[in-house]
Amino acid sequence: MKKLFFLITSLLFLITANAQDDVYPAKDYKGVLFIINGTIHVGNGQVIENGTIKIENGKIVAVGQNISATQDAKVVDSKGKQIYPGLILPVTDLGLKEIANGVRGSNDYEEIGDLNPSIRSIVAYNTDSKIIGTLRASGILLASVTPQGGTISGSSSVVQLDAWNYEDAAYKLDGAIHVNLPTFIARPNRFAFFLGLPQDHVDPTKQALEKIAEIKSFFRQAKAYLQEPTHKETNLKFEAVKGLFDKKQKLFVHGDQVKQMLIAIDFVKEFGFDVVMVGASESFQIADLLKQNNIAVILQEEHALPATEDDDVDQPYKTPYQLQKAGVLFALNDQHDETRYRNLMFNAGTAAAYGLTKEQALQSITLNSAKILGIDDRTGSLEVGKDANIVISDGDILDMRTSIISAAFIQGRQVSLENKQTQLYERYMKKYGLMK
Amino acid sequence: MGILRMHPPGKLFFLVMVLLSISFYTKSQTTFPVNGVADPRTATFAFTNATIVKDGQTTLQNATLIIREGKIISVGTNAQVPKDAVVVDCSGKYIYPSFIDIYSDYGIAIPERQRNGFDFRAPAQFNSNTKGAFNWNQAIKPEVDGSKLFATDDAKAKPLRDNGFGTVLTHEKDGIARGTGVVVTLANEKENLVIVKEKASAHYSLSKGVSSQSYPSSLMGVIALLRQTYLDAQWYKSKPAKEGTNISLQAWIDNQNLPQIFDANDKWNDIRADRIGDEFGVQYIIKGGGNEYQRINEIAATKATYILSLNFPQAQDVEDPNDARFVSLADMKHWELAPTNPAAFEKANIPFCLTSADLKDLKQFMANLRKAFDNGLSEEKAFDALTKTPATLINVYDKVGSIDAGKIANFLITKGPIFKEKTVILQNWIQGEKYDVKEEGWNDIKGTYNLVISSANGSSNYTLDVKSDNSASVIGKDTLTTKFNYDGKIIKLSFSSAIAKKPAGTDSSAQNKSGKFGGGMRGAAASYRLSGVSNGNVWNGNGDDTAGNILTWTATFAKATPIIADSTKKKMTPKVGKVLYPFDGYGWEELPKPENILIKNATVWTNEKEGKLDNTDVLVKNGKIVQIGKNIVDASAKVIDGTGKHLTAGIIDEHSHIAAASINEGAQSVTSEVRIGDNLNPDDINIYRQLSGGVTSSHILHGSANTIGGQTQLIKLRWGVDDDGLKFKGADGFIKFALGENVKRTTSSNNNRFPDTRMGVEEVLTDAFTRAVDYENAMKNADANNKKKGATQTVVRRDLELDALVEILNKKRFITCHSYVQSEITSLIRVADKFNFRVNTFTHILEGYKVADKMKAHGSSASTFSDWWAYKMEVQDAIAYNATIMQKVGLNVCINSDDAEQARRLNQEAAKSVKYGGMAEEDALKMVTLNPAKALHVDDKVGSIKVGKDADLVLWSDHPLSIYAKSLTTIVDGTIYYDIQKDEAARKYIVHERNRLVQKMMGEKKSGGATMPAQPSFQVILSCGDHEHHDGLITIDASDEDVNTNK
Repeated sequence: MKKLFFLITSLLFLITANAQDDVYPAKDYKGVLFIINGTIHVGNGQVIENGTIKIENGKIVAVGQNISATQDAKVVDSKGKQIYPGLILPVTDLGLKEIANGVRGSNDYEEIGDLNPSIRSIVAYNTDSKIIGTLRASGILLASVTPQGGTISGSSSVVQLDAWNYEDAAYKLDGAIHVNLPTFIARPNRFAFFLGLPQDHVDPTKQALEKIAEIKSFFRQAKAYLQEPTHKETNLKFEAVKGLFDKKQKLFVHGDQVKQMLIAIDFVKEFGFDVVMVGASESFQIADLLKQNNIAVILQEEHALPATEDDDVDQPYKTPYQLQKAGVLFALNDQHDETRYRNLMFNAGTAAAYGLTKEQALQSITLNSAKILGIDDRTGSLEVGKDANIVISDGDILDMRTSIISAAFIQGRQVSLENKQTQLYERYMKKYGLMK
Repeated sequence: MGILRMHPPGKLFFLVMVLLSISFYTKSQTTFPVNGVADPRTATFAFTNATIVKDGQTTLQNATLIIREGKIISVGTNAQVPKDAVVVDCSGKYIYPSFIDIYSDYGIAIPERQRNGFDFRAPAQFNSNTKGAFNWNQAIKPEVDGSKLFATDDAKAKPLRDNGFGTVLTHEKDGIARGTGVVVTLANEKENLVIVKEKASAHYSLSKGVSSQSYPSSLMGVIALLRQTYLDAQWYKSKPAKEGTNISLQAWIDNQNLPQIFDANDKWNDIRADRIGDEFGVQYIIKGGGNEYQRINEIAATKATYILSLNFPQAQDVEDPNDARFVSLADMKHWELAPTNPAAFEKANIPFCLTSADLKDLKQFMANLRKAFDNGLSEEKAFDALTKTPATLINVYDKVGSIDAGKIANFLITKGPIFKEKTVILQNWIQGEKYDVKEEGWNDIKGTYNLVISSANGSSNYTLDVKSDNSASVIGKDTLTTKFNYDGKIIKLSFSSAIAKKPAGTDSSAQNKSGKFGGGMRGAAASYRLSGVSNGNVWNGNGDDTAGNILTWTATFAKATPIIADSTKKKMTPKVGKVLYPFDGYGWEELPKPENILIKNATVWTNEKEGKLDNTDVLVKNGKIVQIGKNIVDASAKVIDGTGKHLTAGIIDEHSHIAAASINEGAQSVTSEVRIGDNLNPDDINIYRQLSGGVTSSHILHGSANTIGGQTQLIKLRWGVDDDGLKFKGADGFIKFALGENVKRTTSSNNNRFPDTRMGVEEVLTDAFTRAVDYENAMKNADANNKKKGATQTVVRRDLELDALVEILNKKRFITCHSYVQSEITSLIRVADKFNFRVNTFTHILEGYKVADKMKAHGSSASTFSDWWAYKMEVQDAIAYNATIMQKVGLNVCINSDDAEQARRLNQEAAKSVKYGGMAEEDALKMVTLNPAKALHVDDKVGSIKVGKDADLVLWSDHPLSIYAKSLTTIVDGTIYYDIQKDEAARKYIVHERNRLVQKMMGEKKSGGATMPAQPSFQVILSCGDHEHHDGLITIDASDEDVNTNK
C-alpha cells in the first residue's frame, strides 16, 4: 500500500514535472478595483497625470483625476508609475510555433495547400506555450494568432494571453482572412547566384499577375456562390470568406512591395473588402494612396535593415512616422523569431525616436492595433466601457531602460508576470546564493 | 601536298573566283599520308606599297612584307621581292601584327557542371571523385594540359579572327588550379600545326568550378587550399613515402617555371590573389574583373600585370521607378565608369593586356574598345595591350606580336588606321594563310561607271553611280530605282525604268531608252536583273529584263567620287561621375583624416574608476585621447559642442559577420586553416550603417557550421579604407569554435559529416588537439634532427590547419566558441584543461548562467545575446537574465549582435540587462564597450575613455542606454567616419546622382542602345547560419540555403 502510494505520488509528481507550469491563469475578478496615483497613458494620445482607473466586473468604469477609491475595493497604488493599455501583437504565430527550427513536431503554423481560407488558427493555439508568459511579463496581453503559408493561409483570431485553453483565450474569432500576394521581384536562384551561373530568366510581373488573377477569380466565384443560399455541394472555402463580403471580416494582405500594395487596392475597389496591408515595408512610398483607399497597415518588421544600400540608413525606423504624417491607420508588430515578439514596445520606441510622439508610438501598439483587428470597442485604450486590459510599468514602457512591468490586468484579473524565464532566473540566483 | 579536306562551300567558291590569285595553301605534316597527288607550295607572298605598323613604335610607309611558308621573311622599305612571290599590291592599305588574347578557352570545352541531382542538403563529399593518382581535392588539377585538350574549332575562331585576333593562349577554365595553357594560332588547320607553344602558362582561380567535392565551400577556403597546396608541393619534393605518387603535386611543381595567370575577376580578389603570390614568391599575371578603377592605387600596389576584359555592363531599363528602385547607385555608377577601367590602368602606369573573354557577343569587342578610347585609353596603349604585352608575358614575342622577320606570318590588312571608327579589317593572315574578314572592302569601288547593256536588239548606255558596296543608282534620263550589291567580287544590280503608270496617250517623256527592249510594253515598267563579276576597273556580266530578253553588260570605271574629308570632330571625353570610396552612395570622394577634436561639455561615460563625468571635455589628437577634464582649450582642435549630450567609448561587437566575402567553411569539421582576414569586404554598406549605431570595432567571426571553424578578424570600422586598412593592428589572433546543433547539422535530414551528436563534437576537439600535439612534437624533432651534422633531413608536412591549433596550445591564438547548453560548455572546458589552454570566450552562451561558476573558474569571458531564445531546441532554456547572472557571478560579460541589423542598436541590447535583473547602467554600457575589449585583449587600446587610448568615441544625442539615443558623431582613431549632418548630405547626393544616372540610362535606351531588364542589386548578408535574419526585400541571407556548407 505504501509502495502504491509512493508510485502514485511519483506519477503525479512526474506529470506535474512534465507540465512544469506552476504559473496559473488568474482567477476571474468580478469585484471593484482601483488603480491609483499613476500617469495614465490612455492610448488615444491623451495622458492623465496622477490619475485613477476604476474597474468593475472586468470593465473600466471610470478614468480620471478626481476619482476616490472606495474602502472595500481592491486598490493598486501606482505612485510614480506609468499605466498603459495592454499591448497587442497584431499578427503572430504565437502558440502555433514553439521551437522555431529543428523540431518540426512543435510547429503548427503552416498548412499544406495554396487556397486555405477555411483553416482556422484558433483550434491549434496552445495556451501552454512557454513563450506566452514572457509576453505577458512585457505587457503584451493580446495577440492575433495567424496561420501562414500558401496564397490564402486561413483566418486569424485574437486571443488574450492568460487562459487555460483556446476557448478561454478567444477574444475575437476569425476576424481576418490572410492573403499572401506573389512577388514582383524575381529573386535569383541561390544555387546559380552563388556559383555565378546564368540565371533562368522569368518575368516576375507576368507570373505575379497570373497568380493575382487566380486569387480574384476565387473571390468572384465565392461572391457568386454566397448569393445563393442553398447548395447541393457545400464549398467550405467559399463559406469561410463570407465575412469578408458582409464586413464581419477583414482581408489582411501580406506584401511589402509597392506593386503588391497597388494590387491590394483592387480588393477594396472590386470587392469592397476592408483591406489591411501586412508587411508593407515599402508603404512609405505610397502612404497617401493607402490613405485615400482606406487601407490600414501593419508594419511587420521595424528593426530591419534598409531595403537597398542606397536607402536612408534609418528608413525602416522612420516609416511609421511617414505613415502617421499621411494619416494612414497603422499598427506596429514584432515578429522577431529570436526574441519571440517580446520587444513589441521597443519597436514603438524606435518609431518614437524617429519621428512619432511617444503617445502616437504607444497608440500604434494599442488602440490602432485594436481598430485594425476590429476589437477597439473592447480594448486598445483605457476608456470607460472597455475591458480592463492594463499594464503598469515603472517608467516609459517604450524604452528598455525603464520598461519594467510591475503589474498587468486582463479583463480586470491581475495576471501573473512569472514565466519560465523568471523561474530559471530565481533557480540559478539561488544556486549561486545571489537571491536576496 | 594537298590533303583531302572539307571546306565550307563558300570558301571553295571563293577560291575559284579570287582575283588576287592567292592560293589556298594547304599545309601538311610530313608524317601524314597523302591521299592524291602531292601539292607542295612555298606560299610566298609579297605585300607591297603598304603602310606597315611593325609594332607600337615602328611604322614603315610604302613598305613591303614578304612571307614564305607561314613565316615572315622580310619587312622593309626596300625589300627584294622574290621571283616566286605572289605580289599583292597594298596601296592605301595598312598592315598590323594580328592581336593576341591570352585569356581564352578557344578550342577547349568547359566541363559541364552536373546540375541535375545536385542538392545543397545532400550529404557532403569529402574526397575527390576524379579517378587516378591525383590530388585529394578535385579542384586542384595542375596536371590538366591544355595542349592535350585543344581542338581546332573554326566556328569559334572566325569571330576572333574577324576582330583581328591571330593568336590565343587557351586553357581549361575550370577549377582552382587549372593546369597549363597552350598558345595556338586561329588558323583553320590541324591542331599539330597551329600550336605555337605547348605549355605556355599555368592557371589558377578562386572558383572551384565543377568540382563536386564539398571543400572548399568558401572564398577563404579556396585561399587556404591554395596556400596549403604550395606547402604540399614543397613537401612533395622530398618524395614522402606516405604520399606515394601524386601526379597533381608533381605537375604543380613542374608548372612553377611558367608564367602564372590568376583569374581573380574582381578588384578585391585581385589583391587577395596577389597576396597568395607574395607569400610564396610568385608574381601572378591577374585577370581582372573590370572594377579595378574603383581601387586603382591598391591595384597598382600589387605590381602585377593585368588582363582586362572589355565586357562593360549594359544599360538597364529603368523606366519603371519600382524596378529602378532596386538597382543600386553602385551598379549604375559602374555602368557609367566601367569603360574607364583600361584608361585608369594606363594612367596609373599598370601594365595590362586586353582580352575578348567574357564578352557575350564578340561583335562588341571593337565597339567597346572605342568606348574605352572615348574614356581616355590611348590607341598606342591598346595596341600594345593586344600585341607586344601579351606576347611578352607568355614568352612568345619571338614568334608573334610584331611584324619582324622570322616571326609567324600573323598580320592584318586594313583599309586605314586600325582603331579609327570607319576602318575595316579586310584580311586576317594567320600562319601565312589568308582569312577574309571584309574582302569587299579591298577595292574602293565608289565612283561613276559607264554602263552599257546589250541585247539582240542593240545596246543602251547609262551612268552607274556607285556610292558604296550596297548602294548605287543607275542614271538614264532620270535617276532610276536601283538595287545594288557588291561582295568583293560578285555584283548584283537591278533597276526598273520608272515608267509612269498613266493612261495610254499621255505624256511619255518619263520613259527611257530601255523602252525599245520592251517592244510594245509601253506603259508597263521594265526592270532589269543583272549580275556580273568585277574584273578590276571593268565589270562584266549578264542578265535579263522583264520581257525575258537576254542581256549582257559592261560597266567601265569612269571617275572616282571626290572624297569629302572626314570632319574629324574631336570627341569630348564623356562626363562621368566620380569614384567613391567605398564605391557606394555613402562613400567618400576623399578619405577622411584624423583631426584634432575637442568635445566640449558632454556627459562622459569613462568606463574607468572616474565613472560618469558631467560637463566634461575630451580632447583628441593624432588619433588618441590626450586630455579629459573641464574647460580644456585647444586652438588647433575642431570643437564639437557636447552640451546635453553623452560621450561614450565606441561600441565593440564581439560577434559579427559583416564586411566579409565569405563566413562559413563548413565542408569539414576542422577548418582552422581558413582566415576571415583573407576575405574582408570593405565595401559592405553595413560598416556604414553600424557606424551610425556607434559601433567602432567588430570581431568578424567564422560561422558555426563546424566544430573548429576559421581564424577570426578584429576590424575597426574605418569606412572607405581597403581590406588591410580595416584590420585592428596589433590585436591577438582568435579562432572560432562551435558546439551543438549547428555543428551536428541538426536541420539536415541526411547528415554524413562527423559529428552527429554532442558526444562526437567533444571527440572532434580531443582528436584535433591530439593531432596538434603530435604535429608540434614531430616538427620539433625534425628541427633538432636537421640541425645535427650529417643527419638525413626529415621533412614534416606543414599543415596550416594544425599550425593554428598549435598556436592555441602555445597561447598565441585564442578561442571564441559558439555554445549554448551547459553540457557542451563544461565538456569544452575539460578538453581545454586536458590540453592546458583556456577557452578565452564563450559566445552566444545562452545557458552560461547554469555553469557561470565553472566558466569563472576556467577564466572565460562570456559574450551573449540580451534576450534571444526559443529559435531552436538548444535555446529553450535561454533567459534574458543570463547576462546579469553571469555578471553577478563575476564573469566578464559582453553583449554581441551576430546580426547586421541588431549591431546598430547594441547599446539598447545592453540596456535590456537593466530591465532584466537590474544591472547598473554603467555596467550595462561596459558590456558593449570595455568588456568586449577585455575579451579581445585590446582593452589597453580601446573600450574606455582614458588618456592614451585610441580615440574611438561616440557622441550620443541622449542617454546612451536609451532607445531614443542616436549617434551624432562616430569617431575611429580620431577620424570622424560618421556624422549625422554629413549623412544628410550623402542622402541628398544619392538622390541626385541616382536621378542623373537613371536619366542617362533612359537616354541610352531612347537612342537605341542595348538595354537589359532592370536587375535588382541583391545584397548578400552573410551570417553564421545560426538563426533567421531580418533583412530587406532584395537581400540574400547566405545562410538560408546553407550554400557554403552543402547542407
